[in-house]
Amino acid sequence: MCLGIPGQIVEISDAERKLALVDVSGVKREVNVAPILEGAKVEDLIGVWTLIHVGFAMSRINEEEAEKTLEILRMMGEVHEELEAMKASEAMLAGEKVEAAE
Amino acid sequence: MKYADEFRDPVAAKGLLAKIEAVTNEIGATADKPVHIMEICGGHTHAIFRYGLHKLTPPGIEFIHGPGCPVCVLPMSRVDECVEIAEQPSVIFCTFGDAMRVPGTKKSLVQAKAEGADIRMVYSPLDALELARRNPEREVVFFALGFETTTPSTAFSIQQAASDGLTNFSVFCNHITVPPPIKALLDDPYMTLDGFVGPGHVSMVIGVRPYDFIAEDYNKPIVVAGFEPLDLLQSVLMVLEQIRDGRAEVENQYSRVVPDEGNPVSIAACDDVYEMRERFEWRGLGEIDSSGLKIREKYAAFDAEKKFGIGYGAECRFVQEQEGCLCGDVMTGRIKPRQCPKFGGECTPETPLGALMVSSEGACSAYHQYAEFEMEAAE
Repeated sequence: MCLGIPGQIVEISDAERKLALVDVSGVKREVNVAPILEGAKVEDLIGVWTLIHVGFAMSRINEEEAEKTLEILRMMGEVHEELEAMKASEAMLAGEKVEAAE
Repeated sequence: MKYADEFRDPVAAKGLLAKIEAVTNEIGATADKPVHIMEICGGHTHAIFRYGLHKLTPPGIEFIHGPGCPVCVLPMSRVDECVEIAEQPSVIFCTFGDAMRVPGTKKSLVQAKAEGADIRMVYSPLDALELARRNPEREVVFFALGFETTTPSTAFSIQQAASDGLTNFSVFCNHITVPPPIKALLDDPYMTLDGFVGPGHVSMVIGVRPYDFIAEDYNKPIVVAGFEPLDLLQSVLMVLEQIRDGRAEVENQYSRVVPDEGNPVSIAACDDVYEMRERFEWRGLGEIDSSGLKIREKYAAFDAEKKFGIGYGAECRFVQEQEGCLCGDVMTGRIKPRQCPKFGGECTPETPLGALMVSSEGACSAYHQYAEFEMEAAE
């Protein structure tokens, strides 16, 4: 529940709402980056590695720490669990989008 | 040393284990007279079992599994209230997956969903916000639970809902804080606690200073720890060294992720959105003063307790645990999961009676999941 999963910020999706896309083990997910802005512009965060918890970038980490953490989380089965939760949530919202369009 | 081979760095693990054994001997701790170290966080409990750290460390160290699994300490009355909100026809009720199977007095959220309630599992409160934007005619309620690691995400989401002018989004707030139950356990005359392994990701938000009372008022060591097995071993060693040296300090083993001051932006968002409840009920621990958060009056429009007139303090909702369910005694370390008569029989991860069996971070679930490993180790 309180585990964070490492991801790298690859794209800014909504600067005003402080939302960016992160790459977590090949899966893209929108996250809120407000906690790690530290006065920087949202655009400056591209490439930054961060620990993500329930869709929020909670802490900046370095790449080596990110890789180590991912490896451990993988062994504990947590990476799979997190990615599945992300995908399921996205699929649920995608279903909504279709309904809304209809 | 069976599991040590699984470590990323087995040499470092063996080195740390040798030091832990040496310091345990220096302290004079034995299986009959162990040092009691509580790992507060459910994530740490899971890692200890996954890597068999409780078997690799000397018998003079006894791990007491702390109350740091938010799903496990959720009282049944709150699950009942979730169901009550979720079953209202206009509502889309959003929850993290972990909470779906926690039993209420009548049913769990899984059962309510099967009976037709619109309950959605979400990865993030951001997804609940998005649902609210896409369904203006529905009431979207986010079931917020978790410790300080999770509280900022809900706070940011409420701030966003306010600035977006959303009127169909609210939060059923069950956020709780780590320090008060630790104080309650330290005040419990039946508990013996010699030191603590502190929750790393909680401190990523609140920093390390909120634990000062453990060292200053109770004279016990606490080491804020990371989640790798090596982090845990090193933290246990640091706790043992403090005990050996007669020190009681707050140390930060996880400084590569946890700044001593925490995350100021997150702390500010939480201060803006929440205030402390006078008291809050914890499953197995009872009511604890100033241990839960509620949404401030300025954000009352986003408070599901107000919107639906359901929730803490609305009426007396204390309910008895299932007969014979000993979650409370396990939670406070009075008994081990296996000593509960329901363990593994009536109560399993597939059909949990008590919350400690529901979450992978619960002590009972961890015991159950890794039971085979333990038997192998015992052979």
